[in-house]
Amino acid sequence: MAQELEFQNAYKYRINVCCSSGCVPFGALKVLKAFEDAVKEFGVEKECKVARTGCIGTCSVGPAVLVEPGDYLYQSVTPERVREIVRDHIVLGLPVKDMLYERNAYFKKQHRLVLRNAGKIDPSRIQDYINMGGYGGLLKCLTDTPQAVINELIASGLRGRGGAGFPTGQKWSLVARAQNSPKYIVANLDEGDPGVFANRTLAEADPHAIIEGMLIAAYAIGAEKGYIYIRSEYPLAIQTLQKAIAQAKAMTLLGESILETPFKFDLELRFGAGAFVAGEETAILASVEGKRAMPRPRPPYPANSGLWQKPTLIQNVETLANIPLIIQNGGAWFAKTGTPKCTGTKCFSLTGKVNNPGLIEVPMGITLREVVFDVGGGVPDGKKFKAVLVGGPSGGCLPDTLLDIPIDYDSLVKVGAIMGSGGIVVLDEDSCMVDTARFFTEFCVDESCGKCTPCRAGLARLKDVFGKITNGAGEMSDITTLEKSSSFIRDGSLCGLGQTAPNPVITTLRYFKDEYIQHIVEKRCDAGKCFKSRGEEEIE
Amino acid sequence: MSTNTVKLKIDGVDVTAAEGTTILKAAKDVGIIIPTLCSLEGLTAYGGCRLCLVEVSGTPKLFPACTTPIGPGMDVTTQSDKLKEYRKIAVQLLLAERTHICSVCVADDHCELQAMANQLGVDHVMFERNWSREEIDSTHDFLVIDRNRCILCTRCIRVCDQIEGVHTLDLKLRGKDSQVIMDLDEKWGNSCSCTSCRKCAKVCPVGAIYVEGEPIEHTKKRDVAEFIVERRNRK
Repeated sequence: MAQELEFQNAYKYRINVCCSSGCVPFGALKVLKAFEDAVKEFGVEKECKVARTGCIGTCSVGPAVLVEPGDYLYQSVTPERVREIVRDHIVLGLPVKDMLYERNAYFKKQHRLVLRNAGKIDPSRIQDYINMGGYGGLLKCLTDTPQAVINELIASGLRGRGGAGFPTGQKWSLVARAQNSPKYIVANLDEGDPGVFANRTLAEADPHAIIEGMLIAAYAIGAEKGYIYIRSEYPLAIQTLQKAIAQAKAMTLLGESILETPFKFDLELRFGAGAFVAGEETAILASVEGKRAMPRPRPPYPANSGLWQKPTLIQNVETLANIPLIIQNGGAWFAKTGTPKCTGTKCFSLTGKVNNPGLIEVPMGITLREVVFDVGGGVPDGKKFKAVLVGGPSGGCLPDTLLDIPIDYDSLVKVGAIMGSGGIVVLDEDSCMVDTARFFTEFCVDESCGKCTPCRAGLARLKDVFGKITNGAGEMSDITTLEKSSSFIRDGSLCGLGQTAPNPVITTLRYFKDEYIQHIVEKRCDAGKCFKSRGEEEIE
Repeated sequence: MSTNTVKLKIDGVDVTAAEGTTILKAAKDVGIIIPTLCSLEGLTAYGGCRLCLVEVSGTPKLFPACTTPIGPGMDVTTQSDKLKEYRKIAVQLLLAERTHICSVCVADDHCELQAMANQLGVDHVMFERNWSREEIDSTHDFLVIDRNRCILCTRCIRVCDQIEGVHTLDLKLRGKDSQVIMDLDEKWGNSCSCTSCRKCAKVCPVGAIYVEGEPIEHTKKRDVAEFIVERRNRK
């Protein structure tokens, strides 16, 4: 440990090159290589550490590079300009001003708890994580009783980040109290929504936070085996986690007698094959067991009868990454952030027509307007804001008039949106709301597992109606059909996928009905998205 | 069998039943019949068709009666305007999903979907019909599957797995593309596991699986699973 500190302190500068899935396509690996070469060229490799890190957060201006100390964030770094940064900043101590990212707007209203280490540590080095206080939560909890750990969780008010917002402490109590054994933990990293990348980024940037969270949970509920369910489409996250698990095992942080205590916990990765529904909590269990990822009705709840009919705790990885902080700093400390009923922060993948897209983390209770216009920097090219889709493909489309609602589970549900997986898509005047609802309905049609009638047959018929309306064959009765079938799909479906799938339809019908009527009566689409392919001749 | 009993109300009737009983069973025992399609005595509950949804006071959620166990003090409503409306929509969705034309169906007059539509007063289908063109497999000596008539209730799959014990039938693909298949998507005639026991045809609620050339009233014996389970439990 002391050796490691000495090793870290030997460096005067640290250059963090973001090599997450967002920056790699922009050439981050070449930039990393260029830095390594340049540092050697200028002979400063002894005082300047070049580190390969996870997401820094400014995905729109990749590759991003963070130089410490001082938190100098460089944007759109090219291999050609790397020499300049090393020469001016590292050797001469003069930051290259024209490449620096204007931080104020984007970072000011963010509050990074889950992403505390993202972009600051090398995810492939467990020592980096430990240096930032990592595994301190585990150490602390091992000296305490499991019940005390659960009490801390209850005091923190943390709610599940998977979307539904079930109180985490309460969930842990249920599993801890379940009589059957063995008990299991499943970490949900099956982030299937289009345009959502928060969990992936977390795993790529700070894998040990997830592992430590699972360890603490395992200790609290008495589990000895855990699975991280991750989609195969996330190769870098898989690689990062595999490496992290191997390192944790080597340091006796996983396996038999952890840190020389009787506590044991084994961790395995399980790969999903890309079905959206596999992220549903009962479907994930079927998939981990090796079966078809189909949800089943609850009760029985996984807390009593989950994996192989044994008590199982299922948590989203973002929830788990919060745990070490809560244990280290106390539940009361955590509850200070956010709102009384909804504590802490939430990560969002902010995309669409917004100036600063990227992965953001904001305190609960912040308004949508702050997210879109302050953090996101508003709509680009002087276009007019039209709507924001909150909660991924099964979220709600909210108009300007609702932007001042606070972001928390309950407020969002009230207006027809959901927290969901944390996707926020900003739409400007060029977006057609009918077309948007059609797009997300089609996504859910493809992703429905086919078990229950409303979701399987209902969504397919919704898609037909949208086909009619956007091809110019719509009739006013179609609106009634949409309304009636949407409410049946919402109330009648078996799992969360079906229950939330009609949200884009319900909210666009509620807030943008004019557009539907315009499409049906005037056969007109102001955004110019509809009546295009087959329907050209059908327009009068 | 648990000896603990639970007291609840179903449609205003006081009901006492053993702990763990489903709402569907508890209601049936006092003569309240909740509409079902995928559910079948003798097989595990599936919870797919959503016809048996009921209201439980104190929560806005709807619960499938076939999988929800009774709880003490529950106040269950099995008939309301909303439930009736939803059941009609569910039947209409099934009728619109694939090709259901009663007049040219082997199961005409012996079809649970048709009977359900009549019972619930479904007199039209508000959706555009999706005239499906699914595969028909008649390669087996006498069993035929016409997937255009399938409502994906999975009774055939469950009876094949749970009663006959061979698991020849299963699903492939997902969502609206889901299909009942034999073995690893073999032609039925080439299936190496099928025992030709006909139970799938017996329990199929519609005309999707039938025995070629046999009068439908001879084929359809939907209580076969219940009968076998009851016999097996006799010592």
